[in-house]
Amino acid sequence: LPRVPAVLKKRLVKLVVNFLFYFRTDEAEPIGALLLEHCKITKEEENVFSISFIEEPERKYCFECATEEQCQEWVEALRRASYEFLRRSLIFYRNEIQKMTGKDPLEQYGISEEARFQLATQRQ
Amino acid sequence: MKLNERSLAFYATCDSPADNAGFLYKRGERHTAYHRRWFVLKGNMLFYFEEPDSREPVGVIVLEGCNVELCDSAEGFAFAIRFGGAKSRTYVLAAESQAAMESWVKSLSRASFDYMRLVVRELEKQLQEMSRGLAGGCGGSREPPGPWKPKPSGLEQSRERLPALPAIVPKENGCAVWNNVLGARDRLPDTSGCGGHDEEGNPRPPPLPPRRRVSSGEAASAGAAVAESPSTFCRLHEQYSREVARLRQDWQQRRRGPRP
Repeated sequence: LPRVPAVLKKRLVKLVVNFLFYFRTDEAEPIGALLLEHCKITKEEENVFSISFIEEPERKYCFECATEEQCQEWVEALRRASYEFLRRSLIFYRNEIQKMTGKDPLEQYGISEEARFQLATQRQ
Repeated sequence: MKLNERSLAFYATCDSPADNAGFLYKRGERHTAYHRRWFVLKGNMLFYFEEPDSREPVGVIVLEGCNVELCDSAEGFAFAIRFGGAKSRTYVLAAESQAAMESWVKSLSRASFDYMRLVVRELEKQLQEMSRGLAGGCGGSREPPGPWKPKPSGLEQSRERLPALPAIVPKENGCAVWNNVLGARDRLPDTSGCGGHDEEGNPRPPPLPPRRRVSSGEAASAGAAVAESPSTFCRLHEQYSREVARLRQDWQQRRRGPRP
């Protein structure tokens, strides 16, 4: 999966939890990583998507994929890659199940009071 | 290794609520003196600052593939964040009270992305089962959306083992057990109004991200991936497979259950 600043450079890119690592294709150690929190994934022209961060929206990390299909896969995966997205999903499911059953599904695991599972307004 | 440090610093200092925050003492790298730092836990990132109002963190510890343990150290209220792997370091921290120490150990143990993902998948599965149960259930009569018929107690008991899960959850294979045994995952019913909107407003609950291999040997500042010890994995694998076999049995029994 190439990475495109001004010049096209071929890179191996790996999504691991909420980090996007990138490697030179023949090396085992990553050159760098992007933390995928508070970022926006934009579908650009064909086969291309970009990642930009909320504190510097004009700066785009562009990636060109081999196919449009691959590009869509990456866009979807990256949009779901942040910890905060996962947290919101959890809170959503928790609420849904609570609505359907009247019971908090986290109670049976003993984690219903954990700060990290509360709505943002309830934490800190 | 390059990191988008500005973004990290932004995440650390923006006003999104922290999962824990407070002063802790951090032991220096060469087993030297402790430094008092202001720690902020957000998601799977443990940032530390000189002061609560510092504009930038001094450093960050990425809490993936680590173990949080108590220390029997002479300094009171000490605990450690331990990473596997040859190049990895153990971070020794000390709180200022028993309560603070316990609070930190608890929140750090559950901070990993993997743990969060585990809980999300569990809830997704519950929701799926419920939707299927409601949809494929009674012909004529429709069950009111009231309290769910309690599942057999055996299931509840097996579920309660979940919180005992240590911070180390085998990443690939632990997840694979859930996936493979339960078969192809159905798509959840379209849930609009989902809080999980990303910037582009995609309302669907998250399908699995692409299967990933953990890259090993990252720089210490980015934390480290752990090569799971075979015994830990085997134990968890066994635990999971027993649980899943039981779940499956229950599910099949319910399917064959009496229809009105």
